[in-house]
Amino acid sequence: MLGLMFVTFVIGRVMPIDPVLAIVGEQATKATYDAAYEQLGLDKPIIVQFALYVWDVIHGDFGKSLLTARPVAEDIKRVFPATLELATIGVFAGIVLGVPLGVVAAVKRGSWIDQIARVVALVGYSMPIFWLGLMGLLIFYGILGWVGGPGRVGIFYVDIVPSVTGMILVDSILDRNWTVFKDALSHIVLPASLLGYYSLAYISRMTRSFMLEQLSAEYITTARVKGMSESAVIWRHAFKNIRVQLITVIALSYANLLEGSVLTEIIFSWPGIGSYITTALLSADMSAVMGGTVVVGLIFILLNIFSDLLYKVFDPRAK
Amino acid sequence: MVEDRTWRAWLLTDTPSSRRHAKLAAAYKGWLSFRANSMAMVGLWILIFLVLIAFAAPLLAPHDPFAQNLANRLQPLGSINHILGTDSLGRDILSRLIFGSQITLYIVGLVALIAPITGLLVGTIAGYAGGWADQILMRITDIFLAFPRLVLALAFVAALGAGIENAVLAISLTAWPPYARIARAETLTIRSSDYISAIRLQGAGAFRIITKHIWPLCISSLIVRVTLDMAGIILAAAGLGFLGLGAQPPSPEWGAMISEGRRFILDHWWVATMPGMAIFTVSLAFNLLGDGLRDVLDPKDNEK
Repeated sequence: MLGLMFVTFVIGRVMPIDPVLAIVGEQATKATYDAAYEQLGLDKPIIVQFALYVWDVIHGDFGKSLLTARPVAEDIKRVFPATLELATIGVFAGIVLGVPLGVVAAVKRGSWIDQIARVVALVGYSMPIFWLGLMGLLIFYGILGWVGGPGRVGIFYVDIVPSVTGMILVDSILDRNWTVFKDALSHIVLPASLLGYYSLAYISRMTRSFMLEQLSAEYITTARVKGMSESAVIWRHAFKNIRVQLITVIALSYANLLEGSVLTEIIFSWPGIGSYITTALLSADMSAVMGGTVVVGLIFILLNIFSDLLYKVFDPRAK
Repeated sequence: MVEDRTWRAWLLTDTPSSRRHAKLAAAYKGWLSFRANSMAMVGLWILIFLVLIAFAAPLLAPHDPFAQNLANRLQPLGSINHILGTDSLGRDILSRLIFGSQITLYIVGLVALIAPITGLLVGTIAGYAGGWADQILMRITDIFLAFPRLVLALAFVAALGAGIENAVLAISLTAWPPYARIARAETLTIRSSDYISAIRLQGAGAFRIITKHIWPLCISSLIVRVTLDMAGIILAAAGLGFLGLGAQPPSPEWGAMISEGRRFILDHWWVATMPGMAIFTVSLAFNLLGDGLRDVLDPKDNEK
């Protein structure tokens, strides 16, 4: 964790933009410049600066964003639920479709379902996500008009429901405002299925290979010889044994979705953390970039720890 | 034909007459089993085709990729003179795609050199030295692994400034840790084997052991991994280009071309579609090739 913050800190420091100049402007006198310089703590040794930064972050202070003139922590709190909403729906779709697809592909190896699973995965691994998103927008929004366009809700519905969780689907349900709910749903369908497709590709592929490994084990043969029904063999024996590995894969793909959301959010003008970081980057908003990167990295680490913990719960051997 | 058959027989012999003979025979058998995998061959042919296009770009391209012609902008597919149409500045899309293949190959080639070599160095040194050197090097690797790759690459590009070279550097910086892990794992298993002890008894130093006896054994697993990662590298580079952080306009980089075409997507869909197809084809080819290579070079887990 400390290392993660150190890397972001170094990145922030080597950025070829003078943070002081960005605050005081070109026309400032030397005295103003020096004052701002000191105020930012840039006159202290670099170790001290790093320690101060860590201290601030631990206390939830990521500094102030130059672009929005608000504390970065507040900004992140505002944009993060949007990403969370999108990624959660995406990974959920990936699990619901991907796990059964992977299992069936493994059981019926070489069948047409296996071929479909293979193509789905290959395309998922090879397709640029931003391009697929653009094509989706073009076809389903531009030509067919089935779904909402970019953004979270149509322009008439912005800020109508009170923000409780920040996730607009949940908020509109809490408010019982079904018009907004429907509109938000039509907007999230496309980006969420896009992310869902990518986690589907990954999850189904991994499920398939885990299942194949189990199905070739000797205890499966034993179970079959005992006369156990095929579905019991598959679900009660083989599937039970891949649960642990699956959890790790799902946690990983969830983390990947948070990352994949950077490009997706740009395409769909989705006001989440990915587009927040990118906009901040393009406008050289250093503390916002650092804050965003630290938060995403933190989630990454937390997800890893979480999957390790679940591992221990489900696999008695790991204790 | 007679010549051919004897060569085949010489290559397929069960009793090689020399070390080089044995090596060549093994390589030929590998090639035969690789050739039997038709999907992998498709991948290989696409990539050979890409390399040819990249080298012959000035000959093949019907137009200058940078020549603007505002009177002729946003021509649709299949126009006379412009088979794939023109973009918002009237530049020929086909020619830009052809020249873009050079940039793609350049990026992929550089990353595929920098990242595995860095990983190999770090991994073998950590694995061979052990102790605190191992601890420190692996902690650093873990830190880099803790970041989501694209976000880290974004942050690096922001720090270094946008441009192809910096994009290559940023992608390499995010790509090396898995190679270091693989190389370390291999080194750890090799290090304690008998033949390493034997060479050490003969008086070989650490440098010689690492370069002559450990590296050659790490290479094959690294190559497989690199080929499988190529698609990811292409997608990352295109993503950076798309965000405006990779290759800068007017360079005909495919990701940047998509980003340009994005503005007209609803009315002039082909401007963004064509470079996307190009990216997809190339990364698909790398995936197919990687799968095939894994089956040949890594017989232990050919079922994945």
